[in-house]
Amino acid sequence: MSTNGAGQDAVNRDVVSAAAARGPLAMEAVSISKNFRLGRATVLHAVRDVSFALYRGAVVALVGESGSGKSTVARLLAGQERLTSGEIRLDGHPVDASTRRSFRRYKSDVQLVFQDPFSSLNPVHTVRHHLERPVRLHQGRKSRAEVAGEVGTLLDQVRLIPADQFTGKYPHELSGGQRQRVSFARALAARPAVLLADEPVSMLDVSIRLEMLSLLDDLRRRFELALLYITHDIASARYFADEVLVMYAGQIVERGPAEELTQHPAHPYTQLLVASAPDPDNLGGWLRDPRQPGSATAAAQTRAQAAAVDRGCPFSPRCPFAVDRCREDAPALLPFSATRAAACWRLDVAAPELLAKGETGGG
Amino acid sequence: MNPTAPVLDISDFSVVYRTPDGDVRAVNDVSLALHTGEVVGLAGESGSGKSTLAYAACRLLRAPALITGGSVTYSGRRAAGPTDVLQLGGHELQQLRWREIAIVFQSAMNALNPVLNVRDQITDVIHAHLRMSRGAALEKAASLLDLVAIPRSRLRSYPHELSGGMRQRVMIAMALAADPEIVIMDEPTTALDVVVQRDILAQIVELKEQLGFAILFITHDLSLLLELADRIAVMYAGQLMEVAAATEIQHQPAHPYTRGLLTSFPSLHGPRRELAGIPGTPPDLRHPPPGCPFLPRCGYGTDACRTVDMRLERVADPAGLEHLTACPFVRPETPAPQRPSASAEQELQA
Repeated sequence: MSTNGAGQDAVNRDVVSAAAARGPLAMEAVSISKNFRLGRATVLHAVRDVSFALYRGAVVALVGESGSGKSTVARLLAGQERLTSGEIRLDGHPVDASTRRSFRRYKSDVQLVFQDPFSSLNPVHTVRHHLERPVRLHQGRKSRAEVAGEVGTLLDQVRLIPADQFTGKYPHELSGGQRQRVSFARALAARPAVLLADEPVSMLDVSIRLEMLSLLDDLRRRFELALLYITHDIASARYFADEVLVMYAGQIVERGPAEELTQHPAHPYTQLLVASAPDPDNLGGWLRDPRQPGSATAAAQTRAQAAAVDRGCPFSPRCPFAVDRCREDAPALLPFSATRAAACWRLDVAAPELLAKGETGGG
Repeated sequence: MNPTAPVLDISDFSVVYRTPDGDVRAVNDVSLALHTGEVVGLAGESGSGKSTLAYAACRLLRAPALITGGSVTYSGRRAAGPTDVLQLGGHELQQLRWREIAIVFQSAMNALNPVLNVRDQITDVIHAHLRMSRGAALEKAASLLDLVAIPRSRLRSYPHELSGGMRQRVMIAMALAADPEIVIMDEPTTALDVVVQRDILAQIVELKEQLGFAILFITHDLSLLLELADRIAVMYAGQLMEVAAATEIQHQPAHPYTRGLLTSFPSLHGPRRELAGIPGTPPDLRHPPPGCPFLPRCGYGTDACRTVDMRLERVADPAGLEHLTACPFVRPETPAPQRPSASAEQELQA
């Protein structure tokens, strides 16, 4: 899909992940794509040529708006959807789901936590049931007492204490935060190496979110989990993640260390995302003066066109820097410093100061 | 303070939910005023009673919700004099709702009728509340879409054919159909992406400037209110904890709960802050603890809090802005407690 000049694709994946310093490589997505057939002639490219790696003990955040394909990435990684193309590697080996046994192993190693703690637990089953099942499935033969002991340990780990007060409860007897803790415990029951958390806190109250994120962070550290944190909230990614991947229309448009990327966004879409987050320190901002460029009306109109793009950069209809080239050729994700990459033809205009700094590599 | 009389004055208002296990005191002695052209933010987590307060004030709740005390007075430009909303009969209520007080509900997907197209939904509202010919109503519907920047061609679209942001815009257009004095917005942007959220908020502010209505904006997202609202009321466990100008809430927060909320959300701009959050969970309102409901989660708590009488008191402040807090012990100048709260011990990111 890329139409770059001389051999630039070769350097495509040369960015050093900011997550790599934390631990060994756990899981890799190599040029994965997923198409959904919508009708006879229409194909939705939900995920296009996405590559990244997860490392033990590190958090990679996947940030994007709804419909950007970030949940599809999680489902692909969890083996819930088939890849259209590309490869997923676990511990360096391509994932093999051909036999029951290897599939089971894969499912133990890679666990998914969903956004909605209200619908991800079965209302007719107790907490005990939700946890005993994965313990039996993933931890081999155990006596009844051992299973009960393991359930207690799991509840302790997610700080549902005292555990025996929670084992007999049904989901409706728990608060949203407690339910999400049960979801975490259920994922841990498989003793995974990789945890894919799809918007794990966005349904929870603000005052609870932080506690849940710090719990997740604690579990990450304790079990050396490779964590993929999927969110639309780029501010939480700043605090929580080592590396941030920004996704737009099925592609990664920018990646880099969390702090650098959020403070000095390079891609125009990341810049828009950062500018749109509520910012109490900039009271008013352009909220109080909507007649600036990028006002509500203009944005609403360009948004309608954005869906129709099938050529060129998917962000070009909304991009203030777009030129003809952007509408014709899709830019590839190219590094502009040792740890950062962006898919944009107009970086020299969109983020000149970043480019000047990264030029040392001779890219 | 705004010298003119408030357009909506809620005073000592209480609402309970009657259950077999006893009353749930969802709203407890709440007083809040809304002035013309003002954006008042009502912040609180789920179950704090913020939606109950707004809906009960419009008499939108049925049994088992029960208004047990207080008054709600409406005094709009079109009204002859102050109206006691709690005494209105069915027909008068219908006159009040939508014409005078309109509501934008949280979930635009559920609030719109899936089998009616946009044109029919909007003209329905117009015919129910305004005397207007069919042609005029159609023209009005089209101009309402102009107002929220949706192309007129979308009049024939059904809700499922619209994006989440567009649906929410249609809801806002419908709320503005009868030129209301007050628009209550219940988490209007919670289900939306930040970029869309920002578009819609900017549009709301634009429309407010243009049409001059007052907004009661209900949300759990305090960071949003700091930017959007003129004044903020912080609600917890059915009671108001603090009411002040947005800038006061941000820079001079008094109540420990407000302080907790302010350290709960990660900031994207500026230096990284240490996030403390609020450990624990809200109390069970069927059996509210005596004294301050926030005590079990409060880092400043003492034994005196168990018997404290929860009343909003004025905080002395030089700017002369009205700043009320329900905590008699903690003032804006009070330093943070020495004892770290449970979740502060292991902050995010080693």
